[in-house]
Amino acid sequence: MGLIIEAIVTGILTGGVYALMSSGLTLIFGVMDIINIAQGILVILGAYLSYVLQQQLHIDLFLGLLITMPVMFGFGVLIEFVFIRPLKRDRTMLSLLVMYGLALVIEGVLNLIFSADLVQLQGWYTTASFNVAGFYLSYIYVFGFLLAVVLLAGLYWLVYRTKFGFSLRASMQNRVAAELIGIDVERVSAITFGIGIALAAAGGMAFGATNAFDAASSYDLISRVLAIIIFGGMGSLSGALIASVGMLVVEDVTSVVWSPVWASTVFFILLVIILVVRPQGLLGQAEVRKQ
Amino acid sequence: MIGRYLSRPRTFLNSICVLIVALVALSACGSSTTNGSSSGSNQPKTPIKIGISVSLSGDFSADGKAEQEGYELWAKEINKSGGLLGRQVQLDFASDASSTTQVVTNYQKFITVDHDDLVLGPYSTLLTKPASVVASRYGYAFIEGSGGGPSVFTQGLTNLFAVSSPVVSQLNDFTSYILSLPPSQRPTTAAYATEDDPFTQPMIDTAKAALEQGGIKTVFYKVYPAETTDYTPIAQGVIAAHAQLVVLGSMLPDAIAYVQAFRQQHYNPEALVASAGPDQGSSFTGPIGGSNVAEGIYFPNGWYPGLKTFQNQQMVQDYIATYGGTADQISADTAEAFSVGQVLEEAANKIHSIDNAKLIAELHSDTFQTVQGPAKFNEQGENTVAETAIFQWQQGNVVPVLPPDQATATPEFPKPNWP
Repeated sequence: MGLIIEAIVTGILTGGVYALMSSGLTLIFGVMDIINIAQGILVILGAYLSYVLQQQLHIDLFLGLLITMPVMFGFGVLIEFVFIRPLKRDRTMLSLLVMYGLALVIEGVLNLIFSADLVQLQGWYTTASFNVAGFYLSYIYVFGFLLAVVLLAGLYWLVYRTKFGFSLRASMQNRVAAELIGIDVERVSAITFGIGIALAAAGGMAFGATNAFDAASSYDLISRVLAIIIFGGMGSLSGALIASVGMLVVEDVTSVVWSPVWASTVFFILLVIILVVRPQGLLGQAEVRKQ
Repeated sequence: MIGRYLSRPRTFLNSICVLIVALVALSACGSSTTNGSSSGSNQPKTPIKIGISVSLSGDFSADGKAEQEGYELWAKEINKSGGLLGRQVQLDFASDASSTTQVVTNYQKFITVDHDDLVLGPYSTLLTKPASVVASRYGYAFIEGSGGGPSVFTQGLTNLFAVSSPVVSQLNDFTSYILSLPPSQRPTTAAYATEDDPFTQPMIDTAKAALEQGGIKTVFYKVYPAETTDYTPIAQGVIAAHAQLVVLGSMLPDAIAYVQAFRQQHYNPEALVASAGPDQGSSFTGPIGGSNVAEGIYFPNGWYPGLKTFQNQQMVQDYIATYGGTADQISADTAEAFSVGQVLEEAANKIHSIDNAKLIAELHSDTFQTVQGPAKFNEQGENTVAETAIFQWQQGNVVPVLPPDQATATPEFPKPNWP
């Protein structure tokens, strides 16, 4: 029983990290109708940026986010301007191709600079833990979860309590109608894309502090993150959080109770069941209409 | 349409004859290239091209990079001394991304498109198996250094030569040591966690059987898919079992993850041995936080920098001169790849030819010297004289501790607590 509780707790904490990575992806899809297939490698890029700051300038991982998130925000805006904005027709399909190509380029550059050696972000909290009811909770997982809560809360405030958020939600609901009422949809798209990539930077730091990684780690990440946003409902921030936590809890409990061999299988069976009952995902279209 | 041909049988027959002649001509051209160039006597100055698939991304990326370094080091050394049979060696690398499908594509391309004279093996049992079949199909000798899982040798291939020691028995010295401990010190419980991999699982299962027979109770046993990325639940299972001995069938990423999880949970087994991961030098100690964290961890291997074998000291010096670092940072994968080159070189020099059929015959009949020790192959391609030692991280260095006749230090038992 203790093992199951431990698996649930670990799943919730780790789920927060995945929520950071997937929230950016679902936000981008919600506003721009494009699937940022490069999200995985951008998470890894964020992790490497944190790594460089730590190794070269000895900046703490969390403090380093004050640098990496704005940098990645700017990079996201640039990507949107250069690669996405020129796509006028078949945006969804063409963006897949374009972003996949970009992902390959970024991966190649990272391999050139950092080689294929696995690295892991270090800090006093990456190995330290504290005792709670007989088992140890690692500080980095707790801090990563708290970071996810803070950033997602900030994102929620931005989306639901600001004028920009109003424009963003209008663009999500109906892009053409938003343009007609005077919203600069392209500006909203650029900023949204930037926010999505900035969140990837934060997710990357949390991921890199809890896992050894190299450029190829992006492939596992993007497949899981895509499953999460489909499960939670594409375009739904709350859905991304619930789905992230749900996925990790289901996998961890299955690993412990049954076998690691079935961990992903059980999750995907649940995903299929959910999609049969609710094709839009857990909190997909319904939440958008509620707005 | 057929009727038109039947009404003009001569035209039809002429067409068939032309087709047959063309097919025969093409077959003749194909067979002259499928066995690679012969002794190269027609063009003695052209480089010898050797196709090698390396895992530059994916699960085996760290090992693949080390392996590539080993091959490049060997090529550099042999070219410095005039090449192989007077011809410079040119390595034709392709990345397989640690994928079994890509490795097959790579070797097909080396042989049928690039027309490489020779091919050498990739990293891991998983990739060696399908790659060796491709080489066998075209009659190429397949010397490899990193595919020692038992399933490699049950394929019925006669072209395969595994320079490194077979994996299934690599933990025998470790299990014997544990069972030789006085009962008051000997662990009474053991936990096993292994990838579902043809390299790791046979080794772990063999060790488990030996330890169970010696009276050490199995309190945890888990096999997990090689594609696993979240090792936390498995690590938690090991920790919850409170085993005194932990035996891991791991590769580098999972070995790192387990060490991190064990440290976070303050779980200190009396002994910890891993099939792979700790053998990767700084690629292992870097992510876990330093070589002091690796203190006391065991792993099996066929090579270490101080081994007194053929050309080993020179290889170590050349590696440091080329890539920097220290001797302890050299991965065993580098030595395995270098050994492969050495065997090829010796075999080719003995028969004065790089003809694949002749090489295969020579490799089956002779003994060769490598940085890992001697190599002599049985019919299945296993190296029957290979030696494996058990190594342990001690004071930031890797030292052989078992068997006693190869040890330069005594085993550190029990393992000290994590720093």
